[in-house]
Amino acid sequence: MTTEVLSAPDRPSEKFQLHVLKYKLTHWMRHGVAQVFCFSVAAGCLFPLIWMISSSLKTQSTVFSDMSLIVSNPRWSNYYEAWTRGNFGQYFFNSILYTTAVVFGVIIIASMAAYAFSRLQFPGRNFFFILIISTMMIPIPGSFIALYVLLVKLNLVDTRLGYILPQINGGLALGVFLLKTFFDKLPQDLEDAARIDGCNKFQVYLHVALPLAKPAVAVLAVFNALAVWNEYLLAMLVLSDRSLMPLQRGLMVFQGSHITEYPLLMAGIAISIIPILTLYFLMQRYIVAGITAGALKM
Amino acid sequence: MNWNRYRDIFTSYLFVIPAILLFSVFSLIPFFKVFQLSVFEWDGIAPTMSFVGMGNFSTAMFHDTAWWTSLRNAGVVTLLALTLQNLLALILAMIVDREIRGKNFYRVVFYLPPVLSGIVVGLVWNWIFDGSHGLLNHALQGVGLGKWARAWLADPDTALYAVAVIHMWKGFGWGFVILLAGLQAIPRELNEAAKVDGAGEWTIFSKITVPLMLPVFFLVSILTILGTMQIFDIIVSTTNGGPGYHTEVPITRILAAMVGSSRFGYACSLGILFGIILLAVSMVQMKLSKWSSRFSS
Repeated sequence: MTTEVLSAPDRPSEKFQLHVLKYKLTHWMRHGVAQVFCFSVAAGCLFPLIWMISSSLKTQSTVFSDMSLIVSNPRWSNYYEAWTRGNFGQYFFNSILYTTAVVFGVIIIASMAAYAFSRLQFPGRNFFFILIISTMMIPIPGSFIALYVLLVKLNLVDTRLGYILPQINGGLALGVFLLKTFFDKLPQDLEDAARIDGCNKFQVYLHVALPLAKPAVAVLAVFNALAVWNEYLLAMLVLSDRSLMPLQRGLMVFQGSHITEYPLLMAGIAISIIPILTLYFLMQRYIVAGITAGALKM
Repeated sequence: MNWNRYRDIFTSYLFVIPAILLFSVFSLIPFFKVFQLSVFEWDGIAPTMSFVGMGNFSTAMFHDTAWWTSLRNAGVVTLLALTLQNLLALILAMIVDREIRGKNFYRVVFYLPPVLSGIVVGLVWNWIFDGSHGLLNHALQGVGLGKWARAWLADPDTALYAVAVIHMWKGFGWGFVILLAGLQAIPRELNEAAKVDGAGEWTIFSKITVPLMLPVFFLVSILTILGTMQIFDIIVSTTNGGPGYHTEVPITRILAAMVGSSRFGYACSLGILFGIILLAVSMVQMKLSKWSSRFSS
């Protein structure tokens, strides 16, 4: 009886080792190239912002000569000056007011309508739903002319209401659409239970359906907040009184009258983006959900 | 019995009345008003308007060269955004879709510019492209290319392209997010099965990724077209249409007709023409995406 010893090679062959090395090298190379590429694009995104902030801390005399990103003697008083003399405090307050008003308006009005379109029975239900949704499909770039004419007739030009109401309307289509689809997917059991317990329609909506729709409401809130905070065209048409202007309009006015005061302008820009960046970092998840939803509505 | 039914319908209407009221006043009435105004000559103030029929439209079509220039300018920016911006977005999305370190960092940073307003972006870039104090010119001088330095946004040769660069800087992150969502919806098993079967990178890309992503590509393209053609905030905060008519876009022309020369009817007719163009683009997109969905099912 002969025993044949089967011995596994204790180390991979030279050829195999070479293959592994080659694989590792190409893998590493490709990763490196991808990483460098992504990183330079990211740097390109951040650089203008960092530069804007460091310029906002320089003085009028150093801002064009001092090209450093890290300022040695930061002039924080620029922010105070922009806030007071540059009127950015007022603009800031106005922007906060408009954004809050529109976001709450859209959420209340759109969620009520969406609930009715999803759950309640009444004549013309589908007609009104499709009518409101249709504005998302049909682009009417000239409608701001007629809107302006209408606001003049209603005496709403240069009033806060004249800036808020059209924007609430602007957020309705997406809001109704998003919330109706959300309500449609919710199970009705909870609402039925509430109804049996004696809640009326409005109570069912307010205490049962709306709290369940929180994720969709959050998406809507963030999406509208961004849109209103960044709005410019309507503010330009409707508001000419400085005490009513939001930040975007204020920035243009400041640039028009203090064209050379770059540090203050940059401080004003920084003031205008701080709230939106805070919102962005806190609500990132909802923002991405919002864009995807906003894109899919088409 | 009957009374209860009416009450039920009435209370249901209470839910939708605020929405319908707002919608009627601020969407429906302006919509019809645009068509009504477009056949009149009206300065926006006078109590009387004079009927001109299709006159406004024929002026816009045949005699307003600035209008066509503005459409061409927006078209150039749109073409650049469609190709360069979306290609960059796709490459980045494909890299981040794979395993790469710092995924979340890139996701946050790339979407930063789209969150900012067009005004802010325009004002910051204004200074980068500035002729005398601009950062770009400083950088060019630093590397010995000072002879290329110029006022990028005021030079007729470069103004439109400088605007396009700003627009694409602001926009690519948005395409990136949507394309990445599309890529992540592709089942991993498909790619892995193909790899096991010996398919190379290029085969996987052209036979799996592209067909499955076609609807997303069309979506991103159409939104890029609609968004870029209506570019305004970046223009108004950088060049305001100048130098000459080199960066005029449709919205600035409509505003110029309305606010600048007080021709409200003419401005409305421009808006309608522009709306028809955008609508036609959307229609083509809908046809294409219906056709393309055959590949992904």
